[in-house]
Amino acid sequence: MEDIRFTPGLLPPEAEALRAEVRAFIADHLKGYSGVKRAKSWSGADPEFSKAMGAKGWIGMTWPKEYGGGGRSFLERYVVLEEMLAAGAPVSAHWVADRQSGPLLLKFGTEDQRRKYIPAITRGESYFCIGMSEPNSGSDLASIRTRAEKTADGWRINGQKIWTSKAHTAHHMIALVRTQPQDPKDRHAGLSQFLIDMKNTKGITIRPIRNMAGEQMFNEVFFEDAEVPADALVGTDGGGWGQVTTELAFERSGPERYLSSYQLLFELVREIGADAGPAEAAGIGRLAAHLSTLRQMSISIATMLESGETPNLAAAIVKELGVAYEQDMPGRAHDIAGISPRVGAGGFDQVMAYMTMAARSFSLRGGTREIMRGIIARGLGLR
Amino acid sequence: MTGTSEMANILAETAGRLLQDHVTRDVLGAAEDGAWPQDLWQVLEDNGLTQPLAPEDRGGMGASFADAFVIAFAAGRRRAPVPLVETMAAGWLLGRAGIDVPPGPLALIDGGADLDFSGGALSGIAPGAPWAAQAGHLVAEVGGTVLLIPADAATIIPDRNMAGEPRDTVTFDKVKPSVTGALDLTASVPVARTLGALMRAAQMAGAMEGAISLAVQHAGDREQFGRPIAKFQAIQQMLARAAARAAQARSAAETAFLALDRAGGDLTDAEWDVAAAKVVAGEAAEIVYDAAHQTHGAIGFTYEHELHFTTRRLWAWRGEFGAETFWAQDIGRRVLARGADNLWPDLTARQRG
Ligand SMILES: Cc1cc2nc3c(=O)[nH]c(=O)nc-3n(C[C@H](O)[C@H](O)[C@H](O)COP(=O)(O)OP(=O)(O)OC[C@H]3O[C@@H](n4cnc5c(N)ncnc54)[C@H](O)[C@@H]3O)c2cc1C
Repeated sequence: MEDIRFTPGLLPPEAEALRAEVRAFIADHLKGYSGVKRAKSWSGADPEFSKAMGAKGWIGMTWPKEYGGGGRSFLERYVVLEEMLAAGAPVSAHWVADRQSGPLLLKFGTEDQRRKYIPAITRGESYFCIGMSEPNSGSDLASIRTRAEKTADGWRINGQKIWTSKAHTAHHMIALVRTQPQDPKDRHAGLSQFLIDMKNTKGITIRPIRNMAGEQMFNEVFFEDAEVPADALVGTDGGGWGQVTTELAFERSGPERYLSSYQLLFELVREIGADAGPAEAAGIGRLAAHLSTLRQMSISIATMLESGETPNLAAAIVKELGVAYEQDMPGRAHDIAGISPRVGAGGFDQVMAYMTMAARSFSLRGGTREIMRGIIARGLGLR
Repeated sequence: MTGTSEMANILAETAGRLLQDHVTRDVLGAAEDGAWPQDLWQVLEDNGLTQPLAPEDRGGMGASFADAFVIAFAAGRRRAPVPLVETMAAGWLLGRAGIDVPPGPLALIDGGADLDFSGGALSGIAPGAPWAAQAGHLVAEVGGTVLLIPADAATIIPDRNMAGEPRDTVTFDKVKPSVTGALDLTASVPVARTLGALMRAAQMAGAMEGAISLAVQHAGDREQFGRPIAKFQAIQQMLARAAARAAQARSAAETAFLALDRAGGDLTDAEWDVAAAKVVAGEAAEIVYDAAHQTHGAIGFTYEHELHFTTRRLWAWRGEFGAETFWAQDIGRRVLARGADNLWPDLTARQRG
């Protein structure tokens, strides 16, 4: 407990200079976007927008220049991310590649893989999806059964993935699969990661799953004797578990873990207006107080990343707190405004309706609330 | 960018060690029964911990708020039964108004709009004033003027909060302060209340860390069903949730101390972070004391056990110098007055280096 500290960080001038540029860019590109479209931000996709961001150098910002990266700081990247999310920009096409697939390849990939895949990601032209979950393996990820067998010139993959966000638009999947039979003594052994070409591999079937908010966001993905080349292996054969936990740390630490329902707060403030009563003001004030402290903690994590630390425990804490905040937002908005939203009405109503349904997923995706608390409990020395 | 400064490291080490050594169970019990812990006070004063924030030429150490945070945090962590943070805050107020800081404990008077200072005399009632009866001097701010008042010039009726800490009712009847000074600050909430809320937020963060440490320790020691209760997932989940909220409270409090340093003459702006810190600390306290007591079972409900010295303070401090509702309204009104379009830009303007 004594070690969990979020040193207050301030964003440096170059990051703030960038902010102005990002705001102008967004204002230009998002003209006429409805509230609900903005509310979908990191599940909303627009390839043209992704390309424009790539052209600006805002994808792979912290990666080495030799692979097309920007060589910039984590704090500058933080500013770009939070501005995108606060404005509700449609970032989901390239989001996963920028957040975790790119860093994973840079860390564990071969030189050939980096040269082949990273530059297209930074241009905003190459999208990735994450093949971890399976029908019988969610929280218990080490129990996955999809397997890859060695062939003469590569690997043959059989099995099924599920809940794969954006599998239907992604060019590549980084999949966690079993390359050796389960070892009852070491559950984390024998797993490997593969980079799979989703558009040009035979034996892959993608079936959309519609979610309760009416979107098609995630999918089932079936592998039937899908053949991939030898150089599809990422990192080491059998080293998948260690790689995946590194990848999950990238996934858990960003501002998307407390800004997912920002659009609802925005609409709520507009709806309530300046002549609010004391209870309404206090309700809004609590939400704003949390937003500002969560942002501070998130900036603190970006600062730790910038100084080369790997703040896994701190990231789990921010995800636990941030997710609770963004998931509770519709409930608090209900306390303050008390409406049964009509979905055709636009504005506050529509955002409220969408967010009420969408928020159910916030404490599931990227590792459930219970799994996050398990990580924190370990940090406390309880397990 | 702020790291941990040399000064803060020294202060944290000194305050942590002195408080751990001197705030014993006996001292806590005796203080609650009305005894003034002179030894404890003396050792804190002798080591300069009571006046970090006043300028050196006024009797202080000239430390920044960011440095002083660690003292307030330690005071809460070790539940020091003395007006350490009030004296720190009052000393800053005096120094800022160009007044020399007298030695000894000071009482910070949050009179708000109920105090009237006119014709050179102070009138009004301040209820719940921390340690007024023990303090040599009372420090108040009314409409931009800071007043140093000998304690015996006021009528003080002793009372206590639920942690047994002195919270007295102070009545001023045309009292002449010994010294006054002008404050070069803009503020929309009475300055003493903002400073008090700032200090309470840090103390609460410290107390929460203390309560969780006790609970984690107990969970490791206590066995039921043949194993330590720490091995039960229900306990782990409960304490993990509480620890995350405590970490948030600490982060918010540290940010607020830093905001005071950065505010220069504009407290109106720094109040936002103080308010946020007091709100999240109050909310977190509820989760933390619930988890700490539940983990301890019946033993934590006894007077014999030390847990309640911390948790009763958390209950009490939540309501002092403005409860969550007061500060949440303060932020909420600002947000609503500025409108939705300014919310994000205003927020991002807060952490600019
Ligand atoms: C919107 C969305 C997008 C997603 N995108 C992707 C993606 O792109 N790629 C991908 O691979 N996956 C994705 N997922 C899957 C996500 O990672 C899983 O849903 C998550 O890991 C939980 O697994 P599960 O749904 O099988 O639930 P389960 O693991 O069956 O859990 C059900 C409940 O049991 C609890 N539980 C399980 N184990 C424990 C335990 N040990 N202790 C205490 N409680 C426990 C859980 O916390 C939960 O409350 C996505 C999910 C959602 C909702």
